[in-house]
Amino acid sequence: MNSLIPLLVAAPLAGAALLLLGGRALDRFGHWLGTFAAALSFVFGLVLFFSMLGRSAAQRPVQEHLFSWVPVNGFQADVSFQLDQLSVTFVLLITGVGTLIHLYSVGYMAHDERRRRFFGYLNLFLAAMLLLVLADNYLLLYVGWEGVGLASYLLIGFWQHKPSAATAAKKAFLVNRVGDVGLSIAIMLMFTDFGNVTFNGVFGAADQASKSQLTAIGLMLLLAACGKSAQVPLQSWLGDAMEGPTPVSALIHAATMVTAGVYLITRSGAIFNLAPQAQTAVVCVGAVTLLFGAIVGCAKDDIKKALAGSTMSQIGYMILAAGLGPIGYVFAIMHLVTHGFFKAGLFLGAGSVMHGMDDEVNMRHYGGLRKLMPITFVTFGLGYLAIIGFPGLSGFFSKDKIIEAAFAKGGTEGWILGAVTLIGAAVTAFYMTRVMILTFFGEKRWQPDAEGHQPHPHESPATMTTPMIVLAFGSVFAGGLLAFNSSFLKWLEPITGHSEGNSPLSSTVVTLLTMACMLAGVGLAYAVYGRSPVPVTPPVGSVLTRAARRDLLQDDFNHAVLVRPGSALAAALVYFDSKGLDGFVNGLAATIGGISSRLRRVQNGYVRSYALSMFGGTLVLVATTLLMRSV
Amino acid sequence: MNPVNYLYLAALLFTIGASGVLIRRNAIVLFMCVELMLNASNLALVTFSRLHGNLDGQIIAFFTMVVAAAEVVVGLAIIVSIFRTRHSASVDDSNLMKL
Repeated sequence: MNSLIPLLVAAPLAGAALLLLGGRALDRFGHWLGTFAAALSFVFGLVLFFSMLGRSAAQRPVQEHLFSWVPVNGFQADVSFQLDQLSVTFVLLITGVGTLIHLYSVGYMAHDERRRRFFGYLNLFLAAMLLLVLADNYLLLYVGWEGVGLASYLLIGFWQHKPSAATAAKKAFLVNRVGDVGLSIAIMLMFTDFGNVTFNGVFGAADQASKSQLTAIGLMLLLAACGKSAQVPLQSWLGDAMEGPTPVSALIHAATMVTAGVYLITRSGAIFNLAPQAQTAVVCVGAVTLLFGAIVGCAKDDIKKALAGSTMSQIGYMILAAGLGPIGYVFAIMHLVTHGFFKAGLFLGAGSVMHGMDDEVNMRHYGGLRKLMPITFVTFGLGYLAIIGFPGLSGFFSKDKIIEAAFAKGGTEGWILGAVTLIGAAVTAFYMTRVMILTFFGEKRWQPDAEGHQPHPHESPATMTTPMIVLAFGSVFAGGLLAFNSSFLKWLEPITGHSEGNSPLSSTVVTLLTMACMLAGVGLAYAVYGRSPVPVTPPVGSVLTRAARRDLLQDDFNHAVLVRPGSALAAALVYFDSKGLDGFVNGLAATIGGISSRLRRVQNGYVRSYALSMFGGTLVLVATTLLMRSV
Repeated sequence: MNPVNYLYLAALLFTIGASGVLIRRNAIVLFMCVELMLNASNLALVTFSRLHGNLDGQIIAFFTMVVAAAEVVVGLAIIVSIFRTRHSASVDDSNLMKL
């Protein structure tokens, strides 16, 4: 049974290899091949999941050694997998949601002539992400980590003929690279501190390491997580990543990529638990990002960018929960799973709307679409209710638990975090209601395209609506299913550990507060956008609005603090190189050249002048000899 | 007679030959100056042989004469052939291989 584990990775990897190397012969059915590879991996995942369910908690984690990668004395790197409750949860999410997104892409990318390549990249993405969550050591995890970065680069820049897409891909890659450096440093630190990089080895020895060592590792891991999960200060790539095709956004935001950071922190819980400073840093990053993303989401008129802000904010919730330690790990992962469903559903819905509106992304040019796109409306609406935490739907259970956990941190810290998460919930309700109203309600604000064609919104084909319907079911029921009888908690507890903490507020009070915040957000959004017609051209807005439209000046900040000094440094180095080093070398050459051209005159071609120099030389030799003898 | 005087004579002859080589352009004159230098060194060799009382210097002088004779044969032939083709015995005129 365990031998199935490598096949989980192998199936999409083989799919990617076939699709990318197979050539035009596969054009006709390549997309179905890609979907099949993803689905096959999902089936393997299900089989492994049910066989794991049949074992007792202690026997659930299994290892599968594939081969020795670097067998050197004193350093062992193996390609071996570890499947435990945490990884299998991720495997099911990645392959399940991934398969649905593959299916959706069949319809969405139907008219793209590079569709086969697109599916190859999608498969590569899944394979890299599966490798990341299945690795049993940090080095193999790093391979998957880099693979995810590569696949995201290829997919974000898939429409590379658009300069904006090419730039966005480069930006995502570069920003991720900063995080990757963090992970590689963390791995090196682990090797110097513990002598190996396997999960078991590192976590087993963690309690003998000094606190400063653990804090350093923890902070480096946090940097890595910030890069992949688009957390402040490395979040700037996420908004631009919307340049990729919409299924890519769904895949990045729901199933792969941004969840990697949450996985990394949860997996490394044993280190973070012993390094409270690092944990505090994680919580701070989560709390800041939570509000940051939510504020950005409120101001964006581009439907995908609004959703991107929302992802940032929701991942902020997860990072915050993961930073709370054993109180929060389980809920971070639970929110991750439910978020995977509703965010994928929302993105696919947004893609469906764009599909119907001739690739228009500006929500101010939507309006009144609910009658024309009923399936999209209902599935998007259910995703919307789930993300704002409407009682009974998925988001309610997971987000409520995180808010409770934030309060349960205790002390002033707990109050601050609780307040932040509550504000986040209100802002989430506000911007999602705004998206909903602008897109599906109100009057039609459709604009003709450049050639004067009026858009004719229509429902998308079945390959696109089916995944949306399935995901809508997930958005509605997943949370309840996981929360029912604390089943998810019991499932993950042996891996991540769990403690209740001591909340100053009872869970009923927290739930009521959350409800109140949510209703306030919804009400405010309705008052602003629902009661009066929405202007087609955005109003100038306050300073904060304008800043939020520009991603809270993140790019300007990066530009001023990093890009400009970087360019200045480069210019200074170029100046030093061209004037200093080149000047020295060129000057040396010119001097030698000048001397040579003068010396050359000696070579005049007259025999007697050569003879004279010979005589001169002889004279010097004789004189020297005589002089030496006399001394 | 003091043998050192022969050495002075040899030095004088050598200097005359060397200045001739450096100053004159006519190949024949140059050639004669080279011969003069060779013979000056021969004279010096023989004088030293006499001074030291062994025959090494005289033997080397014979060698020098043989080599000089051979050299004269080849050198004169070259000079004559150059003169025939170029109608000039000046060494400065043979500059075909000069850049």
